[in-house]
Amino acid sequence: MWIYEKKLQYPVRVSKCDPRMARFLIEQYGGADGELSAALRYLNQRYSLPDKVIGLLTDIGTEEFAHLEMIATMVYKLTKDATPEQLEEAGLGPHYVNHDRALFYENAAGVPWTASYIQAKGDPIADLYEDIAAEEKARATYQWLIDMTDDVDLQDSLKFLREREIVHSLRFKEAVEILKEEQGKKKFF
Amino acid sequence: MTKKPDEKYYKLLQELQELDFVLVELTLYLDTHPNDLEAIKQFNQFAQKRQQKARAFELEYGPLLQFGHSFSRYPWEWKEAPWPWQV
Repeated sequence: MWIYEKKLQYPVRVSKCDPRMARFLIEQYGGADGELSAALRYLNQRYSLPDKVIGLLTDIGTEEFAHLEMIATMVYKLTKDATPEQLEEAGLGPHYVNHDRALFYENAAGVPWTASYIQAKGDPIADLYEDIAAEEKARATYQWLIDMTDDVDLQDSLKFLREREIVHSLRFKEAVEILKEEQGKKKFF
Repeated sequence: MTKKPDEKYYKLLQELQELDFVLVELTLYLDTHPNDLEAIKQFNQFAQKRQQKARAFELEYGPLLQFGHSFSRYPWEWKEAPWPWQV
């Protein structure tokens, strides 16, 4: 089971109301390589993976929910004081008429999240390679997001998230090596 | 009565986040390096520090966890704002 903790993993501060940036950040909320996809991908794959790597997928999947909450906090803080006119100027007019300022699992272009973003192949190497690719794609997205803002407070939180993708990718690569080593040990009689 | 966020709230929260960062890093590291005794020693040492820091935070600002993982004073403190995205 999971227990909620009433704190963020890392502080999220923003220095201005910026619905334009909020719209871009939604990519990491409900986009293909976003935090929701990541959390659901790992926590679903783990049921059919070898025991040696279940702990890692459980822990990284759980950390992804903490990142999802950080992204939600950024979007919330960047839009809470925006007028409908400011939201429309930022390209969030269609979002406003459907959701007001509520968050929604969609990408930066407004496309709703879909399970077809994530795969579970039942083949440990195939699944872990997908996970490594997902972390690298998320890392790249965070870089593009950092490039899109001059808000140093926001950049600080985004740099933390970019760094976490690098660590997760490294751990998944180690998991692949652990499974390969295990495979090499198998004895057939 | 739980205190509202002040300067000390942010200081204690950051100290807790710093300890938790060490712990999440060691957790993922140990998931793929389970035989590193020094890392396990460091993990256990920080887990203890973390417990003490969380207790100090909760005494002033209310429970961090629920479903029985934190205590409550009267009235029920868990439902009180601020929530993490509000600070």
